Amino acid sequence: MKNIPLSALVGLFFTALYFLGALFAPLLAPYGMAEVVGDVWEPSSAEFWLGTDNIGRDLLSRMIYGGRTTIFIATVATIISFTTGAVVGIFAAVAGGWIDQVLSRFVDLIMSIPTLIFALVVLSVTPVTVPMLILVMGLLDSTRVFRLARAVAVDIEVMDFVEAARLRGERTAWIIFREILPNALSPLVAEMGLRFIFMVLFVSTLSFLGLGVQPPEADWGGIVKENKDGIVYGIPAALLPAFAIATLAISVNLVADWVLNRTTSLKGGRG
Amino acid sequence: MTDTAVLKVRDLKIGATIYPPGEKPHEIEIVHGISFDLEPGKVLGLIGESGAGKSTIGLASMAYGRGGVEITGGEVWVNGRDILQSRHSDIRKLRGGEVTYVSQSAAASFNPARTIMEQVVEAAVEQGKFSRRDAEGRARELFAKLGLPDPDNIGARYPHQVSGGQLQRCMTALALCPEPDLVVFDEPTTALDVTTQIDVLMAIKEAIRDTGVAALYITHDLAVVAQVSDDIMVLRHGDTVEYGPVDQIINTPQEEYTQALVSVRSIDHEEKAPTEEPVLSVRNITARYKGTKFDVLHNVNVDLYPGQTLAVVGESGSGKSTLARVITGLLPPREGEIHFAGRTLTPDFNARSREDLRELQMIYQMADVAMNPRQTVGTIIGRPLEFYFGLRGAKKRQRIIELLDEIELGESFMDRYPAELSGGQKQRVCIARALAAKPKMIICDEVTSALDPLVADGILKLLLNLQKIEDVAYLFITHDLATVRAIADNIAVMYKGKVQRYGQKSQVLSPPFDDYTDLLLSSVPEMKIGWLEEVIAHRKMESAGN
Amino acid sequence: MNPIVKLLAQRIALSLLLLLMISVVIFVGTMILPGDVAQSILGQSATPEALANLRAELGLNDPPVARYFQWLFGALQGDLGTALTSGQDITSAIGSRLSNTLFLAFWAALIAVPLAIFLGLLAVRYKDRWPDKLISAVTLASISIPEFLIGYVLMYLIAVKLRWFPSVAMINDSMNLWQKLNSIALPVAVLTLVVLAHMMRMTRAAILNVMQSAYIETAELKGLSTFNVIWRHAFPNSIAPIVNVVMLNLAYLVVGVVVIEVVFVYPGMGQYLVDHVSKRDVPVVQACGLIFAAVYIGLNMIADIVSILSNPRLRHPK
Repeated sequence: MKNIPLSALVGLFFTALYFLGALFAPLLAPYGMAEVVGDVWEPSSAEFWLGTDNIGRDLLSRMIYGGRTTIFIATVATIISFTTGAVVGIFAAVAGGWIDQVLSRFVDLIMSIPTLIFALVVLSVTPVTVPMLILVMGLLDSTRVFRLARAVAVDIEVMDFVEAARLRGERTAWIIFREILPNALSPLVAEMGLRFIFMVLFVSTLSFLGLGVQPPEADWGGIVKENKDGIVYGIPAALLPAFAIATLAISVNLVADWVLNRTTSLKGGRG
Repeated sequence: MTDTAVLKVRDLKIGATIYPPGEKPHEIEIVHGISFDLEPGKVLGLIGESGAGKSTIGLASMAYGRGGVEITGGEVWVNGRDILQSRHSDIRKLRGGEVTYVSQSAAASFNPARTIMEQVVEAAVEQGKFSRRDAEGRARELFAKLGLPDPDNIGARYPHQVSGGQLQRCMTALALCPEPDLVVFDEPTTALDVTTQIDVLMAIKEAIRDTGVAALYITHDLAVVAQVSDDIMVLRHGDTVEYGPVDQIINTPQEEYTQALVSVRSIDHEEKAPTEEPVLSVRNITARYKGTKFDVLHNVNVDLYPGQTLAVVGESGSGKSTLARVITGLLPPREGEIHFAGRTLTPDFNARSREDLRELQMIYQMADVAMNPRQTVGTIIGRPLEFYFGLRGAKKRQRIIELLDEIELGESFMDRYPAELSGGQKQRVCIARALAAKPKMIICDEVTSALDPLVADGILKLLLNLQKIEDVAYLFITHDLATVRAIADNIAVMYKGKVQRYGQKSQVLSPPFDDYTDLLLSSVPEMKIGWLEEVIAHRKMESAGN
Repeated sequence: MNPIVKLLAQRIALSLLLLLMISVVIFVGTMILPGDVAQSILGQSATPEALANLRAELGLNDPPVARYFQWLFGALQGDLGTALTSGQDITSAIGSRLSNTLFLAFWAALIAVPLAIFLGLLAVRYKDRWPDKLISAVTLASISIPEFLIGYVLMYLIAVKLRWFPSVAMINDSMNLWQKLNSIALPVAVLTLVVLAHMMRMTRAAILNVMQSAYIETAELKGLSTFNVIWRHAFPNSIAPIVNVVMLNLAYLVVGVVVIEVVFVYPGMGQYLVDHVSKRDVPVVQACGLIFAAVYIGLNMIADIVSILSNPRLRHPK
């Protein structure tokens, strides 16, 4: 761990900062999340560091709680997307034959509609609750992880060491978990960072459209929606989440880049 | 030192940036001060193992560095100018005008989107040496000289429309078209089958002679370079080992390394007579790949006796690797049976007993991909011990160490990962993994073809030695007849999915031959000056006689 | 049959099949999932009788298969049904909105595509030097911010602070082209930024991939100028990957449009879709979903067709 490049350190630092902020939101936030404490759109002051929002709630507190919601939803959705996609993807590659065909064609089908459009179609008939959001986001996104996991696994599957294991008489579980998974892990882990960012952007977009996290719960996309009317009057409250999302996304990107570089150059050896 | 030299290289040093795992990228020197002269019309052979720096030196004569390669010192004089000091525009005139290049893989070196003719004449026209019309005329002459079919029209075709051997000749035409003073041939025949190689080699040699061009001929095969060169420079790890006239290098090599290269493939192996019961009998096997409409194996019959070696030899597409897949059960045959150790094997390996799987092991051509890069040598060798014999803990460790000793690697290798091993060491570990199962028979699929000659030699000696100790039978698949001579007891020559010739080594390798075996045997380059002319003359005589 | 014609026919047939399957997925997705359209329209306080009446009126009691085919045949004849909330004919409501959306997407593509290819080439030409690094840093940043936020940032800076363009992109038929363009300048700028980053990155990767081929080295060793190496040898082989990149990103544009229209209150398809998702107006959502999917599938099909047509192995069979 001694020679981490500076960019990765910066990325790690900010990523950790955001996650800690999310964990300890109630301790950090100066006011309650839905507590009306001042006038509408007050400018920043010693009392309200970032000012107040469209109905007079403290923006800093809203941002901290909002980050908690956004990061929580994105994290759980990423985990769902990842476990489903990776397990089914590798399984399809190892099983081959018609199982692979059916799964792959199904995923092609789902992916032939833009994810956002699909999500909108589904959300038009399902109740918009946090668990439902997470499920829809996670499952829709798992198609992408499926593709990657399957492609990686197919590449590994044709290698002679897998054939050697088959000819030795090893069971499918051994081949998946001992031969393929350890070699597929590094590209998958790097992808995980990108999926997480995508989830943050995705949930923010949905909330902004009014189809994600419902008020009075706060999340970054929702804060934009609530305060967007201020823009025309020159009140930049709606731009705060832009800053938060961008820094989080860039930090995670930096970390993911480093993980990817590290693991590809490591390929086989011990770094 | 003369002033007539086309190419004069002095103390050439070349560096490259490497990216070792877990470390910062840094520059290392890969060629440490090489000097030589090349007179007009002469051919200098550069020979060495992979990583000896021979291709890099060839490209340096065009002031070109591939990838992160950089020329760090010395002088390269072409026609009296130091090109390392030249301006970029002058270097562009040099490339494709005075010096041209023939690469190993013509298939990749031709642009798939443009016709052969466009690409062959491009440099000559661009450099202002010929008008487009004259250049095309010259290209057609060269096509004819190089023995290409339909030389007047072949230029209109696209690269994917002609065969690999033909494309390699087109690449030679491309290099000769602008009437250069020097051609760099970089392993031009390595990717070809032996029977194709010999014709391309002759075509190149005649073209060099007729046009009076000087050439650098780069290869790892000393027997090949002996046929075309006037001088030979032997390279190793970026240093000159020996440099002299071809006659001296081949017949009286001074350095130990050169002597080893010359005498490589001279393993003495007394063939054993067939014993009573074969361990493997392949009976009337006919097979085809799923979804295809033609058989790749037709009625194949061969036997392998305990403790002996059956070499299956043939060129690419002969079906020799398919035979291995049928025997291992990866490709169930359409017809025929396989008897192994007194039992009849189930066609699909999934249905075979653990005992059948254990007794029939396999070693692969590419040792890199035959081992899981995330497992240590100890895990790789230990798994069969655990899986077949239930060995664990200290007992397993003990046995792994024994096996490591047998393959002449020490206990210290146990915790290493495949990426930390050399090519030869990797193949040794694969051998140990096969032996760990205590098999009756091992299929060796081109196990030495990816290795440098001296390393390959070591592997063959090890395999022969292990055969004596363990009494294991080998089914040895190869395209290399020298390897066959070195280790076989029985030989099966395969051609287009059929066994063309089969029997004991001494019988198979002595006349009278069938046409294909004759062609195959006579195409293997021999470490003898003038061999190429002899063979071609012999063939011409025979075809005239018929 | 000529192999190219055969491949093209296969590819087009595949797209049609895909579209058909998508229509099934959209229909099933909106019908089988929990939630009751009648309930959503009438609200929680509706009486059971009113609910039953509305269900019968909407045909919700018919078997799903029959309803699907009714819907599909209607859609094929250009009848997308009526909106639940307003009772308006969906086809006519979509008509003008679709052309507005295409107008917006067209201008964004017109700027983004050449610019992205130019910047991609620039990044390749100066690979690993400052222009390349600058371009990739900027693109990384713009990929990391959601489209709608880029929209508000630009709106805040350009429309509110600088007052160069209107912050709301209203357009109607009485405006001339210049007025329309002035009106959509900001959304076009945002869409361009959003697509540019992706398109540029992928163009760079596609060209670099071609530049690493052995035949490029052959061309360099012929002493050709950099321009000729790229023009004669890299370009013919880059067409297919670049078209692929462009199409993929135009498809991306389709999604970007939805959000951007909401930001700038632009009367297009995206705005229409999002409005009716909140109102749970299922027929409208189905219709919009189908149209977006058709555009997306169509773009992907064009990309594949170009790559088939530009493949020398297929154009000049053995």
